[in-house]
Amino acid sequence: MPEKYFAAIDLKTAGPFLALIALIVIGMLVNEAFLSTGNLSNILARSSFIGIVAIGATFVITAGGIDLSVGAMAAFISGCMILIMNSLMESIESSVTIILLAILASIGIGALAGLLNGLLTTKAKIEAFIVTLGTMGIYRSLITYMADGGTLSLNFTIGDIYSEVYYGTLLGLPYPVWVFLLVAVVGYILLNKTVFGRHCFAIGSNEQVALYSAIHVDRVKTMTYMLQGVCVSIATIIYVPRLGSASGQTGILWELEAIAAVIIGGTVLKGGYGRIWGTVVGALILTLIGNILNLTDAISNYLNGAVQGIIVIVAVYLQRGAWRKKKH
Amino acid sequence: MPEPNSHFPIITARQLHKSFGDVQVLQGIDLDIYGGEVLALLGENGAGKSTLVKLLAGFETLTAGQLELRDLDGSSHSLAADWTIEQAEKRGVVLIHQELNLAEQLNVADNIFLGNELKRGLLLDQKRMLQKSREYLQALNCEVDPSTLVAELAVSAKQLVEIAKAYAKQSRVLILDEPTAVLTNRESEALFILIEQLKQQGVAIVYISHKLDEIERIADRIVVLRDGEMIGTYPASTLSKDDMARLMVGRELSQLFPEIPRPPDSAEVVLELQDACVPGTIRHAEFQLRKGEVLGFSGLVGSGRTALMEAIVGLRRFSEATRLTVKGRQNRYPTLAAARDDGIGYLTKDRKGCGLLLNMSLPFNFSLLALDRFSRGLIDVQKEQAQFEAAVKTFDIRHKDDSLTAGKLSGGNQQKLLLAKIMAAEPDIIIIDEPTRGIDIGTRTEIYRFIAELAGNGHAIILVSSDMLEVIGLSHRVAVMCRGELTGILEGEAIEEHEIMRYATGLKSDLDKQKEPLCA
Repeated sequence: MPEKYFAAIDLKTAGPFLALIALIVIGMLVNEAFLSTGNLSNILARSSFIGIVAIGATFVITAGGIDLSVGAMAAFISGCMILIMNSLMESIESSVTIILLAILASIGIGALAGLLNGLLTTKAKIEAFIVTLGTMGIYRSLITYMADGGTLSLNFTIGDIYSEVYYGTLLGLPYPVWVFLLVAVVGYILLNKTVFGRHCFAIGSNEQVALYSAIHVDRVKTMTYMLQGVCVSIATIIYVPRLGSASGQTGILWELEAIAAVIIGGTVLKGGYGRIWGTVVGALILTLIGNILNLTDAISNYLNGAVQGIIVIVAVYLQRGAWRKKKH
Repeated sequence: MPEPNSHFPIITARQLHKSFGDVQVLQGIDLDIYGGEVLALLGENGAGKSTLVKLLAGFETLTAGQLELRDLDGSSHSLAADWTIEQAEKRGVVLIHQELNLAEQLNVADNIFLGNELKRGLLLDQKRMLQKSREYLQALNCEVDPSTLVAELAVSAKQLVEIAKAYAKQSRVLILDEPTAVLTNRESEALFILIEQLKQQGVAIVYISHKLDEIERIADRIVVLRDGEMIGTYPASTLSKDDMARLMVGRELSQLFPEIPRPPDSAEVVLELQDACVPGTIRHAEFQLRKGEVLGFSGLVGSGRTALMEAIVGLRRFSEATRLTVKGRQNRYPTLAAARDDGIGYLTKDRKGCGLLLNMSLPFNFSLLALDRFSRGLIDVQKEQAQFEAAVKTFDIRHKDDSLTAGKLSGGNQQKLLLAKIMAAEPDIIIIDEPTRGIDIGTRTEIYRFIAELAGNGHAIILVSSDMLEVIGLSHRVAVMCRGELTGILEGEAIEEHEIMRYATGLKSDLDKQKEPLCA
């Protein structure tokens, strides 16, 4: 039995990495342009938005929760940042100062939005699915209202300077990739090496046992939602300079892509087990699929969502299989 | 359901073997199960009783051996690989688990007919199902209304519904796995009458329990298992309780309860509770606990002992008037963490639901309560592992390897792991709720030894238990609760079964009846 037991675990851990390698091989076969530096750094930069949001989602899901509001929250925070920057133009000279203030405000709003989700689930005892479905609707309509049904655009002077955050590079890699890496490393340490992370596992595994183990269940759960909010705001901070605008269409379906990345990475949807590196790989896989479909004529680019959907379902199916094997 | 010929066994088993991977769980079991008798399976936890009944009921498949079932018409069937739960139920072999398997959100009748619903055309025939269920329940002398939602029933009633369900299916072999673990004495009594009745009707009852006096009372024959092997089959009338214990453990059962020296009257009072009230559950309780003392808490199920303990450790709220003084400081703990930090440890009676994360590793469970002790910013995994290994030795937690999840341990080892988890926070006041529920005698003696050692080196211990012998055998004083009130604290000669029962049932009480209750 022991040998089989370990084989099952290993396959489960390695699964997402194997899938990633397979996709890269497919990409290389499909088009030579796939391996070009430009394409690779594009893939990494694009996956960083969903990736950062998904790292926050890994905490929420590991602790047994779910957050559907992240896409709408990202759009709302984008809108707030643009409005703040545009309005500060009149009173503050330095564009850099304005951008820094907007970044601070963004993180504050993200944390507050997460706090709201957290308190509604823990104190008002409403299911997370319902709470975040509600706040999703609220943020989505707020951004539409703020943009008056159209698009909010960032002032060009600031936009020019801010765009460096998305387009600038360090050691050949775009800044967003570095931010992604940093968030992943911090997230990994937090989830796997600290008391907080252990408590997330315990709560997701059995809330009652967590309570009887002197864990501040409500506090830890609320903190996972706040962490998610901050992750959304970090993703937004590097996303706003990309287009310099926000509308009701910003961040559409991010919540589902983030959850998909988490699940592909091997985190258990019902909680109790989470993996940051898996999530990172999950986000890369999702972006790679879109990229490869762009580079080939074999399958229409419009089927991107379908392929992603199949990958998510297969990933969960494999997870289930591994669980069953463990039970004899 | 009459058995045509009770001279032939319904089930015949020869040389049953079962292994999981390379672990032999059962070897060479011979068994004959006759209609109209109660066959008790006796053995320590991990002896293989549960595996054996799972084989009979189709939850597990045999590794080797012969298993035959004789049908009503006398024909025999060999039960091999195709023996499934459905097959077993169809042929009348039903296992009722310790953890009951009912659909909580359906009513009693729906549960009884679950899987063989009565229909009229395409629709369910609710009326006839209710009618039939009522008949079954009446036949079993059970006063449950078949239209009640199962979720609203007490555990004992749920168990009766399970039995009625088996009865409705005309079961010929009914297997009960520790049915009385969750029942009060009175409810157990009702169950025994029911078992007697089923026996008269020719049903074969296979009965697993740790309570030797129950087995002495209802069993006709006793099968003893030890470490997966068959020790023997005995007519119940030939075995005394001592014999049973000796056969199970395989050695003389000398001194189950260790001697615990009584602390001097001058010993420091470490915990004092006055005017205690928990709205809705506890109406009145007062007691003192000294260093080195074991204070037993006795009472019927539902008398409020657990609620009182959970309130002390911050898992429930006391009223404002309650005064709790711990080590000289007045305090009411807002959270379990606050109680833990003040040196109080609470061992829950619900090992699986509240105590351990069954799908997590042993070290993960071990360190969970006292995690801050293993962390300075980051968790010191080496320290955690080292302390876990030390605890494995101290508490004699038997496990194959550390990657095992807690759910794979036997009940006794789970309890020892839970004890290790509580002790990792180094409490000096320890509240233990039902320390040996569903645990074999071997592990029991070990746990009693731990309790004695702890008290001996100055820990104060509250021992809540429904096992009367345990409370009497270990406690210096015994507090008795009845319907949310602490009705008396017995000492010395007064600590005796009948006296405790008088307080527990409300026949006797030291409370001043003139005094207004503190709260409703």
